[in-house]
Amino acid sequence: MNYYAIKAIYLYEMSRTYRTISQSLIAPVISTILYFVVFGSAIGSKIENIEGISYGVFIVPGLVMLSVLMQSITNAAFAIYFPKFVGTINELLSAPVSTIDIVIGYIGAATTKSFSIGIIILITAHLIVPLKIVHPLYMLLFLLLTCFAFCSFGFIIGLWAKNFEQLNLVPMLIITPLVFLGGSFYSISMLPVFWQKISMFNPVVYLISGFRWTFFNFSDFSFGVSLLAIFSFAILCNSIIFWMFKTGYKVRN
Amino acid sequence: MKPIISINSLSKTFTSGFNALEKVSLDINKGEIFALLGPNGAGKTTLISIITGITIPTSGSVKVNNYDVIKDPIKTRSLIGLVPQEVAIEPFETVLSSIKFSRGLFGKPQDSLYINSILKQLSLWEKRNTKIIELSGGMKRRVLIAKALSHEPLVLFLDEPTAGVDVELRKDMWGIIKSLKYSGVTIILTTHYIEEAENLADRVGFINNGQISLIEEKQQLINKMGKKTLSIHIQNAIQNIPYKLKKYKLEISNSGNTLTYNYDINSEKTVITALLNDLSKENIKLKDIKSKQSSLEDIFINIVGK
Repeated sequence: MNYYAIKAIYLYEMSRTYRTISQSLIAPVISTILYFVVFGSAIGSKIENIEGISYGVFIVPGLVMLSVLMQSITNAAFAIYFPKFVGTINELLSAPVSTIDIVIGYIGAATTKSFSIGIIILITAHLIVPLKIVHPLYMLLFLLLTCFAFCSFGFIIGLWAKNFEQLNLVPMLIITPLVFLGGSFYSISMLPVFWQKISMFNPVVYLISGFRWTFFNFSDFSFGVSLLAIFSFAILCNSIIFWMFKTGYKVRN
Repeated sequence: MKPIISINSLSKTFTSGFNALEKVSLDINKGEIFALLGPNGAGKTTLISIITGITIPTSGSVKVNNYDVIKDPIKTRSLIGLVPQEVAIEPFETVLSSIKFSRGLFGKPQDSLYINSILKQLSLWEKRNTKIIELSGGMKRRVLIAKALSHEPLVLFLDEPTAGVDVELRKDMWGIIKSLKYSGVTIILTTHYIEEAENLADRVGFINNGQISLIEEKQQLINKMGKKTLSIHIQNAIQNIPYKLKKYKLEISNSGNTLTYNYDINSEKTVITALLNDLSKENIKLKDIKSKQSSLEDIFINIVGK
């Protein structure tokens, strides 16, 4: 393992975050506050409690997931797509670094960033609604694993994308609908039986359900299933990244 | 001497079907400056990309310091510095952080003394805290060289290092390249500027259509393939070559005021003396004489033309 390379990539990526601090941290926080104001206060006050929890509090895990998934994918995708776009990727490809160095450096930095965003959103939410987390350690573990898995997924998109349009395609057309239909703002049990069954094919449902369990100790599925799902997704994404670097697919000519 | 880079029967066919390289074999000696000349699309950059690990070859092998670039990429890449043809640097970083990043990426702990010495050597010291986007094109090229040197490579690839830079900066860069050679770095240079190869290289290779057509010591090449031209300016114009001078195959130009004689570099003395004697016998009075030796450029055009 090339320790100095990992450090160089990680610090370089983090310095990009500091350079674009308003875009990186402030924007997702503001958009989350807007969600709280609109859904939590304005509309939420008209909705009855779910499992004894007020609607404003109920949507917190879903909102955190919504931001974290989008930020994880876009950050990690951009981190590797931008060097491709400006041509600096050749320096990385000609450097004595292994795939594991690249993964730890790039995906580690993107994970740090989206995990920080998740924590900041939680702190923001705590200032707006009375939030209590039943399983805080599980919450942190699950959040970290989710950030890592979706940063890995974003990294694949960044390697795969040929242009900015493709870069935005997956987050906008696939992830956003899956998250909105994955129970961010409602419990799956509130849906008619038919739509409950359809929802089971949406992988984000397990994610939000598991995350919600760490907050309220109840969920649509068991926490073990959710943990296994996100763990498997992380392994799948990283296997694809290793395969891409090994074969050179979309990486080397 | 064992070569530091050994390329054996290297071929590259892109997915489009384009054959960029065809069975290229080449040895680069330790400590030399090797200039690779060739027209656009000849395969120069593809060859460099394979050696540096950016491109995967279709067949053949490349060894750097006896390590295979496919089997031992970590070992080979740590020995190589690359100054790419395209000026591609993260635009929003400062000069210093960009160079430090390169050193770390190539597995070296930070060394401020060494980095500072590079910055000073390349006249980048004053600009070390300037963002790349604010630099001129010439300065960006210097940053590329600094980045490539930041990890103290044994072998340095310079892919068209002076393309698009002004004459003054080019001469400056030549000075830098020469000083690198004296510090023991092996340099492989691709260039369009024949003058550059003529000025810097120990050996020259010509590549065209993905094949190496000639590799030779620069001076030997000029000696072997070079021709000399003797231009004789005469006082009174002539329209026809006198019969006794036909054997010299003189060419008349400049409305009969100039006679041109092409001759072999190794036998010029006797023939020129004889020619001048014969001109005198024919009562042709001389105004001026100039001789010119073929440059690498003439040789290059000759080879590429074939």
